[in-house]
Amino acid sequence: MIITENLTKKFDQITAVEALSIQVNEGEVFGFLGPNGAGKTTTVRMLSSLIAPTSGRAVVNGFEIGKDDQNIRRCVGVLTESPGLYDNLSAEYNLRIFAALYDVEDIDGQVEKYLRMLGLWERRFDHVGTFSKGMRQKLAIARALLHEPKILFLDEPTAGLDPEAARLVRDFIAILSQEGRTIFMCTHNLDEADRLCERIAVFKTRLLVVDTPGNLRRQLYGRKVVFHLREAAQTLVDEVRAFPFVHHVELIDGKLVVTLDEPEVHNPEIIRKLVNQGVDIQFVGELRRSLEDVYLQLVRNA
Amino acid sequence: MNKVCIMVRKEWAEVFKNRMVLFTVAFLPLIMTVIPLGILFALRSEGGMADLTTEMPDAFSAYCPSGLSGGDCFQVFMVSQFMMMFMILPLAIPATIAAYSIVGEKTTRSLEPLLATPITTLELLAGKSLAAVLPAVVATYAAFGLFALGAWLLVPNRLFISAVLDARWLLAIFLVGPLMAFMAVLISVMVSSRVNDPRVAEQLSMVVILPVLGFFFAQFAGLVVINRQLVLVAAVLLIIVDAILLYFAERLFQRETILTRWK
Repeated sequence: MIITENLTKKFDQITAVEALSIQVNEGEVFGFLGPNGAGKTTTVRMLSSLIAPTSGRAVVNGFEIGKDDQNIRRCVGVLTESPGLYDNLSAEYNLRIFAALYDVEDIDGQVEKYLRMLGLWERRFDHVGTFSKGMRQKLAIARALLHEPKILFLDEPTAGLDPEAARLVRDFIAILSQEGRTIFMCTHNLDEADRLCERIAVFKTRLLVVDTPGNLRRQLYGRKVVFHLREAAQTLVDEVRAFPFVHHVELIDGKLVVTLDEPEVHNPEIIRKLVNQGVDIQFVGELRRSLEDVYLQLVRNA
Repeated sequence: MNKVCIMVRKEWAEVFKNRMVLFTVAFLPLIMTVIPLGILFALRSEGGMADLTTEMPDAFSAYCPSGLSGGDCFQVFMVSQFMMMFMILPLAIPATIAAYSIVGEKTTRSLEPLLATPITTLELLAGKSLAAVLPAVVATYAAFGLFALGAWLLVPNRLFISAVLDARWLLAIFLVGPLMAFMAVLISVMVSSRVNDPRVAEQLSMVVILPVLGFFFAQFAGLVVINRQLVLVAAVLLIIVDAILLYFAERLFQRETILTRWK
């Protein structure tokens, strides 16, 4: 759906995006993570045909940027970093303008559909200037969807929203994903990326890594399983370490923390060993690293 | 064309909610109409005004129809001085509208979502320009029409009326006016790309009024007489200037330039 090959953007002497090569599949929610000034917005602007790359190429929904820009703009929806609404106009009129610019056939129907979906129908005649930040963001999302784009570019969709509004927006993104839309989402909210994105790219002017959140955790930290024991002795550490599939074992606060690749396969063997040693196992769980840890390690190492 | 119309309607819906713009579009033409009409009324109410043709520039005498008395001829001269007022309208109104429409959009960051739609930059520029030029042209024509009607009702001497509303002023209002309005918009686009306050953009764009004021005072001092040739030369010059400004404004109004260079 989106393919970039060595996509590069320079502003005079400054390289904003360097040789970005990624592929985003149809119907995928793809997270694009990076610190401020990493070039995320520049990338979105290039992929939505707002600015031209300095070199490299990108194909969006079968159209090449720089060659089929009008077609790209017709098939993508863009939620810009700032909602950029017309404060002196009503919510409905804001949407009507954009529906007309996107050549939407059933303007009334589409405007009503999205105002209702996002809970803004009752306020449709109110000036946008009177709206809360969350309502403005929802209206901006509605605007990006009026022409039913196959691909959505969302630049910081929940930035600055209170938890309730952010939750609403996230739930709506999940609905859009279920509808089969391809979503390219720039975000600083790592928890959000973890919940919504099938794959994430960590980016800082150049691409650092692309993978599923789970794989990234695994690659950077391995998988850790915690065995909560009624009584834990140091000798157990040596017993468990003897397994060839165990990378690391430590005893922390009476809990045995084991690093291994495939807990689903090897946990039973460890449990058997512990039970045979007469140890009471209270429960077993996987220690999940937050995506934040993964992200920070990648960005700091970059 | 459809997208240009959408833009024009959007601009008007938004920009006419601004009091400054409303004042400029509604009251300025009224003021500019009342002044020459008032002058005309005051001069006519003097009754048999003395022949002051010696006070007029020699070049102006040539424009006085032979059937007019010296007093009438002087009155035509006096009223003509204030006809330049109508040339301020096509500059002031578009400069104000364009300043608020472009800088307003820049400060609310609403240009980026607009640029993300399939509208072309030329359609966008045309929409914004027309939204500023059309009210200016309509207001100028309406103000001039109101003045002509007032003059017609105030002055029974038809020869006098035809001298006041002669071809040079018709050319100036109906040809030079729109060209000036277009120039004001293009200058506003360029100014707006560099400032972040609509009032600053408006004030800077208003610099285009200075040449008109220069002509106003030069005519008053007898240094220049606005005649048909001068109006035609001005029209040709404005076409050239507009073409040059359009070239630069169009370059400045490209998506990438707006998003990355406009500060």
